[in-house]
Amino acid sequence: MSIASIIGQALVLFGTFFYVLSSLGLIRMPDVYNRMQTATKSATLGSLGVIIGVGIWAIGEVGSYSWIPKTLIVAVFLLLTNPIAAHALIRAAYKSGVPLWEGSIVDRYKEAESSLERVEEIKEKLEEPSRGLR
Amino acid sequence: MIEVYLFLIAVAVILSMYRFFRGPTTADRIVAVDIMTTLTTGLMVLFALYYRRAIFLDVALVYAVLAFVGVIAFARYMEGGL
Repeated sequence: MSIASIIGQALVLFGTFFYVLSSLGLIRMPDVYNRMQTATKSATLGSLGVIIGVGIWAIGEVGSYSWIPKTLIVAVFLLLTNPIAAHALIRAAYKSGVPLWEGSIVDRYKEAESSLERVEEIKEKLEEPSRGLR
Repeated sequence: MIEVYLFLIAVAVILSMYRFFRGPTTADRIVAVDIMTTLTTGLMVLFALYYRRAIFLDVALVYAVLAFVGVIAFARYMEGGL
């Protein structure tokens, strides 16, 4: 049992712990948005731990260094694409009208949209007299 | 020792399957599918070490790409743009 095996196993154990936590959050949370929040973050961290941990574990177990670049590619790809997928999903859920949990008190997206509408109204009011002056 | 980690990830997949079958809205089910694909990628990488075959890592990479495209397609469909 070499040092690389021990470090790799520790990383894999860390990752699986966060995997289980992410699926627990998927069950526990009351709302689509909260579920996505807990699940995606911890699943991303967990997959980083598992995949890089397997790359380091393979040095001691298989005896080959060629696993590390491949595992790094998979890990970086997951790290880049997981937040994008989560963002697209949440945006689609909000636009298709999934209601927020009744305990959530802040909806910044709706506030921003209503303030944009008010800005448009004020702009129209400001432009009308200038047309008259010309 | 790898079997223990494989078992733990399988437990996580089964727990997120509960949300997949139970989920009240479509978005819940797609979130569960997204998490299950991430878990499956980790499972494939662990299986590569279990069978000592480095070629299985490529399978995991291709699976991650296809799962990402699939989730984006589902999101576009829910938004009404597909």
